[in-house]
Amino acid sequence: MSFLRILDLSVRIKGGPRLLRGVSLTVAAGEVRGLVGESGAGKSMIGKAVLGTLPRSVEVVAGQIWLDGVDLLTLAPAARRRKIGAVAALIPQDPLTALNPSRRIGGQITDRLVDILGWTREKAEARAKDLLAEVGIDNADRVLRAYPHELSGGMRQRILIASAFAAEPKLIVADEPTTALDVTVQKQILRLIADMQARHGTALLFVTHDLGVVSKVCQSLSVLYGGLVVEDTAVRPFFAGPAHPYSRALLAATPKYTDPEGSLTPLPEAVLAAVQAQVAAADGGWHG
Amino acid sequence: MADGRSLVRRKAGARLWLSALWLGLLVLVALLAPWIAPKDPLAQDLFLGRLPPFWMAGAEPGFYLGTDSLGRDVLSRLLYGARLALIVALVAGTVTALVGATLGLLAGFLRGWVDLVISRFIDIWMAFPPVLFSILLIAVLGPGLSSIIIAIVVIDWTRFARVVRAEAMAQGAMDYVASARVAGRGRVSTMLVEILPNVLPTVLVLLTLEMGIAVIVEAILSFVNLSISTDDPTWGGMIAEGRSSIHQAWWVLVVPLITLFLTVLAFSQLGEGLKDRIDPVLR
Amino acid sequence: MQFLQTVLLRLITTAVTLIGVAVIVFFVIRVVPGNPIAMMLSPGATEADIARLSALYGLDRSIPAQFLIWVQGVLAGDFGTSITARQPVLDLVLGRLPATLELSVMALVMAIVMGGVAALVGTLLRDTRGEAAIDVANGMALSVPDFLWGLALILLFGVLVPVFQISGRVTPSLELPFVTNFYLVEAVVRLRFDLVRDIAGHMLLPALALALPLAAIIGQLLKQSLKETMHLDYVTLARTKGYSETRVIVREALPNAILPTLTLVGVQFTFLIGGTVIIERLFSYEGLGNMAIDAVINRDLPLIQGIVILFAVIFTGVNLVVDLCYAALNPRLRHG
Repeated sequence: MSFLRILDLSVRIKGGPRLLRGVSLTVAAGEVRGLVGESGAGKSMIGKAVLGTLPRSVEVVAGQIWLDGVDLLTLAPAARRRKIGAVAALIPQDPLTALNPSRRIGGQITDRLVDILGWTREKAEARAKDLLAEVGIDNADRVLRAYPHELSGGMRQRILIASAFAAEPKLIVADEPTTALDVTVQKQILRLIADMQARHGTALLFVTHDLGVVSKVCQSLSVLYGGLVVEDTAVRPFFAGPAHPYSRALLAATPKYTDPEGSLTPLPEAVLAAVQAQVAAADGGWHG
Repeated sequence: MADGRSLVRRKAGARLWLSALWLGLLVLVALLAPWIAPKDPLAQDLFLGRLPPFWMAGAEPGFYLGTDSLGRDVLSRLLYGARLALIVALVAGTVTALVGATLGLLAGFLRGWVDLVISRFIDIWMAFPPVLFSILLIAVLGPGLSSIIIAIVVIDWTRFARVVRAEAMAQGAMDYVASARVAGRGRVSTMLVEILPNVLPTVLVLLTLEMGIAVIVEAILSFVNLSISTDDPTWGGMIAEGRSSIHQAWWVLVVPLITLFLTVLAFSQLGEGLKDRIDPVLR
Repeated sequence: MQFLQTVLLRLITTAVTLIGVAVIVFFVIRVVPGNPIAMMLSPGATEADIARLSALYGLDRSIPAQFLIWVQGVLAGDFGTSITARQPVLDLVLGRLPATLELSVMALVMAIVMGGVAALVGTLLRDTRGEAAIDVANGMALSVPDFLWGLALILLFGVLVPVFQISGRVTPSLELPFVTNFYLVEAVVRLRFDLVRDIAGHMLLPALALALPLAAIIGQLLKQSLKETMHLDYVTLARTKGYSETRVIVREALPNAILPTLTLVGVQFTFLIGGTVIIERLFSYEGLGNMAIDAVINRDLPLIQGIVILFAVIFTGVNLVVDLCYAALNPRLRHG
């Protein structure tokens, strides 16, 4: 039984073009699934839809998002929020903007435990200290009392990872968690996420444009183009020989899977035309 | 599209036209006052004091909006009052804009000691309570139309100077100004040719707002009985008269009050509308 | 160290400003036409009487000499003697100050509450018709100055639906047990809720008139910075934790959105205090502003001078306090 199951999800800008065109994918308990594609392919939109943080200008047109046995889209907003808060978490992209500058670190790690899950403050603080030790931060007492601007970017990303694991969620959405970091720090953070995932057995939806990252941490992956899943496969066969022409072009455009910029373009024009035709076909019958 | 944002945009357009319509009407009324006013605005008749307006019982035909405690026709005084209000708005607003914008431009573009002196004066001016300062100035200058205009200019020039100074500084730091200077343009010439056209839209918006403020200042000064002579039909004087007889005849206050409300709203909405239309930077 | 330097610099510019105000007001009021001494004496007074009294108040000397005498007095805590009341200016002014302070602070609190609620509700309803309606109401409140709001409130709630007092500070027939002039504060402290009701009832309409424009400014600015903050990553992160929209706005967005609003509220609060002059007159409220207008009408030069200086001290003081608050509230400045 998969923990997250997205069925035929379509999302569009209100009164505008579609961003997701009938996306389906599953993440089993403990599975790490990569979500790959160019910017604008809709990979971040999937993460936002799962966590209920779609922008107000965007609406869900059709589909189901089953999380831990309930379809999120059928829940009332308050119930949906509580459900997501209880079983899922986010590792955001940019550690410099993802911590509230006017609140101390400690509160930002423990707030969910105390406010949503009803822990005592002492228990939550002890938990926060354990977590900081786990992500390799030594002077936990000082860090918990610090404000974000007093800490380095790498340190803040460790804190955000600790915070994501704090409530032992069953699913974490990691939205390009290393893109904003220095190359040297990137590898450490990637290893940290992989270690934490293995230790806690958390399912992970890893949004990235970097196939090199996927090859290191993921078991399966979905390749997106134009709001459409063009390939859904396990990691090993994918890197041995992708089935879809777009995936092949993507792989060929990634030098040795390690280019930090992860530039996915340019694609051969023939491939591009083929995928665009596929996208157009998915739009058939829709006149919004 | 039922999006809230577009709703605001559309309403803003409507407000702009309504404001222009109201102000146009005022100008027309001010120009035609001697011909359209039903009575002499100064004529007193103590037997006809505090008559109610036409829709209330006891109204007297011919006095459409009633009379004040001295029996003067409210409608006629209102129409003549538009003259003074508009003169004050136009003259005081324009002169204030000229003085304030010039000082702000000098301070913002020339910087150095000029800026230091002007900024210090702005600081000092900001430390004065404006209403009290204007009352004091009227006491010094004596009552009269020109005193009111001078008082408004002396007090409100900082409104323009502060904004124009900041704008001129921002513009002065831009590349096109540097290249004009490199190309051999003099300081004063650069200021007038390169900077001035870029601050003009801001000045125009502020000017519209200032006209509304000038009308209010005139009303306030009339209200504390320091403005023009009490006989002259001014909206502020009518308000003062209305406030003093509010328990006996509330309608004497209502008419000039609503007029002032609409006029001030019209000026400010016109300013806001202009801001949206002509100056994308200010948005 | 840098913080101390900034504070020192601010103190110096504040002092320069106050000196400037003192000089300007002193010379402006010396050219006021009308002899204050002649105005205070009975019509039968002789030239000699006028000359004797002028000498008593120092009005027979040259203006610069008068200024020097006045500065010497101020430095010794003596602001001169009121010509009409024949009491020390300082006593008169400090006696009226509490009334004006209570009114201003009450208006400020009302403005913050009304503006804050408008901003929060507007953010909750952002991009809907609800927000558009709040914007229109804000625009109205902002365009119309306190003077007109005061008149409209008098008409509406004082005359047509007479539910509030429109004149004075307290019902004259009441016995007042107060030892200070902070009537409202003292009534609360003494738990005399009958007096609290009466005094607050007198203050409500003038305070509301003063508060409306400021409330609109706070509402507009705060809503704008809240809306900007709502797009930031830490707000999104808080949403995924399971918090309600209201909670997210209040706890995550508000503390960071307040700072830009705060500096502006400082300047605007001084405008509000400046507005008390005419509002007090309008509501016959016995505060500084009302006394100031009487002083101008009576040509009471020492009193005018004292009141203007006091207003200037309050204005510059408010700006100073706001700057310090800004530094204290911003963790980056505090620890940086």
